[in-house]
Amino acid sequence: MKNEEAPRPQPVTLSSDLLLRPFTWLLGLADYILLPLQKLIGPQRMAYFFVLPNLLIFGIFILLPMILNFYYGFTSGNSILLENRPFVGTTNLERLLTCADYLNPKTCSEDLFWRGAFNTATFVVGQVTAMILLSLVTALALNRPVVGRGFFRAMFFYPVLLSPVVVALIWKWILQYQYGLLNAILVAVGLQKIPFLLEAGWAQFWVIAISVWSQMGFFTLILLAGLQAIPKEMYEAASMDGANKWQSFRAVTFPLLMPTMTVVLVLALIRAVQVFDQVFVLTNGGPGTATLYIVQYIYRTGFEFRNYGMAAAASLVLAIVLLVLTVGQLVLSRRQEAA
Amino acid sequence: MNSILTFLGRRHGGDKLDMTDVITYLYLLLGAVIMFGPVVWLILSSFKPLDSLYEFPPTFLPYRREKITVAGYDQPLDLYDVTMPDGSVRRLAQISQVGIGARMIDPAAPDGTVIDVKIDQRKPVHSIHFEFANYTGAIQGFPFLTYLQNSVIVTVVATLITLLINSMAAFGLSKYQFRGRDAIFLIIISTLMVPVSVILIPAFLVIAKVGWANNLWGLIIPGAATPTGVFLLRQYMLTIPDDLLQSARIDGASEWRIYWQIILPLAGPALAVLAIFSVMWRWNDFLWPLIVVSKTELFTLQVGLNAFQGELNQQWNYILAMTVLTLLPITIVFAFLEKYITTGIATTGMK
Repeated sequence: MKNEEAPRPQPVTLSSDLLLRPFTWLLGLADYILLPLQKLIGPQRMAYFFVLPNLLIFGIFILLPMILNFYYGFTSGNSILLENRPFVGTTNLERLLTCADYLNPKTCSEDLFWRGAFNTATFVVGQVTAMILLSLVTALALNRPVVGRGFFRAMFFYPVLLSPVVVALIWKWILQYQYGLLNAILVAVGLQKIPFLLEAGWAQFWVIAISVWSQMGFFTLILLAGLQAIPKEMYEAASMDGANKWQSFRAVTFPLLMPTMTVVLVLALIRAVQVFDQVFVLTNGGPGTATLYIVQYIYRTGFEFRNYGMAAAASLVLAIVLLVLTVGQLVLSRRQEAA
Repeated sequence: MNSILTFLGRRHGGDKLDMTDVITYLYLLLGAVIMFGPVVWLILSSFKPLDSLYEFPPTFLPYRREKITVAGYDQPLDLYDVTMPDGSVRRLAQISQVGIGARMIDPAAPDGTVIDVKIDQRKPVHSIHFEFANYTGAIQGFPFLTYLQNSVIVTVVATLITLLINSMAAFGLSKYQFRGRDAIFLIIISTLMVPVSVILIPAFLVIAKVGWANNLWGLIIPGAATPTGVFLLRQYMLTIPDDLLQSARIDGASEWRIYWQIILPLAGPALAVLAIFSVMWRWNDFLWPLIVVSKTELFTLQVGLNAFQGELNQQWNYILAMTVLTLLPITIVFAFLEKYITTGIATTGMK
């Protein structure tokens, strides 16, 4: 991630200045309390004061839960209170990971988890492949000198801003069986209506398609930034050497875009593994368990069946997968930097 | 047509429009339709009255069946264009329909002459009509405004707190030397990739213990210490020269004064990017409020909208109107700050 290239300071406009005035006034007022504090502890230790609020919230609501998650994962019972949960060791994890035949979720002691794991794997492969390809093609198209580039970029990016609930409802309405737009188009060209969200295969397809629709603008933007960072001279040099378009793509664009591609790939993977909210609204895991993914398994097991131990154990497994992906990214980008 | 093509084909080098350009434009146009079309369809549908929503095939624009009040009939009658046996077309109002026949009356001459026609000889009269009743009904019939209020409170308060504490932490981490600084930074960074979904259960317990289950503070505070924000601001503040702070100290400025009068204004662009991100995160947040809040009066728009679509299975007119209202604020923000948002995301690689 290129955080060094943050935007340069710009003059603050008059309107935002007026808007900010009450806040600057409050911040100025705080000095009357903080100056004595500084005299008391010394200017260097004020650093602790600056870091404290953020660290406190961070510790209580992110770090502490991360640690507690282990406790939940190794205890059982229906109580959410820690003192009422008997320690059971790795029982939850064992139950979660035991299968007679790992390729057949039905033979697993926690078949819903494995169903979710399989569905998530299929989703991740399909969604990430489709999204990276489409994002790359779009970024390449937008990197050409086209008229209305800003307009097209905005169009492709817009769905990224929509909330998962809104995205799901927009598409639920389009895919609706009786009155939906898509079925109207199918009928108009002489085909049969399809119950898109009630047939397992179609539901899985649309969950992927909608997820790509709502996220690809983000990845397009990052890839576009990567493409624009490639110096023009490289292409000029390639064409002077007599390279055609395809050759200069292979010799210049592709290798120079690789670092960005790695970031995009890992980010996409990490997000895809966590697929939940859109699908929760769109199909709620259905039909049957066709679109039930890991996070929904955790949500269901924890908040509907109140089996906190199993849910936390599944969270641990998910955390490990995410950890592997993150470390993978670090290793990959280190290797690329070294090369 | 030719001039349009030459216009589109105008390029830096003055080359002609070639095949790749045509394909590029076709791809981008098709893409724009697929990306934005669904939203257009949602907005158009949200203005259709319930009966025309459940019409198949659907019409593109929102229409309304034309009705007319005829003396002697209590209810307004549906208007039809009827092809008469002599080939002329007359606009008639339908009194009733019996089998394949319909009894019609001429609204212009309401003397009571009933005209019998076959139903395949008549066509209903439509006119374009935007049904705002979907919106007023959704706002009046459901606690939409409460949800809106909750969403606005959470988004605004959370963004302010996020900006304050993240910038304070970033300042402390970038401009001071103290024990444990690098450890703190490392721990914060390592949770960049920890999503809520991984700590769902224990995070809920902590919220319950603090007494913030069913409390808007439970929505606002936990997400305020964003690793993304601290990281983004710290990287930015590292580029601010230390000499500035030193000369301010010599002039007798307190550390806090340095923070809010020197660092904050200079970090303005990075703060703006974080503010936009925070508004987006908070406005669209779903999983966290879904868990923390179970009382209807504390629902945010997203949770409320989800609850609606579960309950009001058949009342799509209200669901669609509420969906449009929910996406409207973020769309307006995007329309004004499009450049800022896209460059912010492109430079930070974060959403």
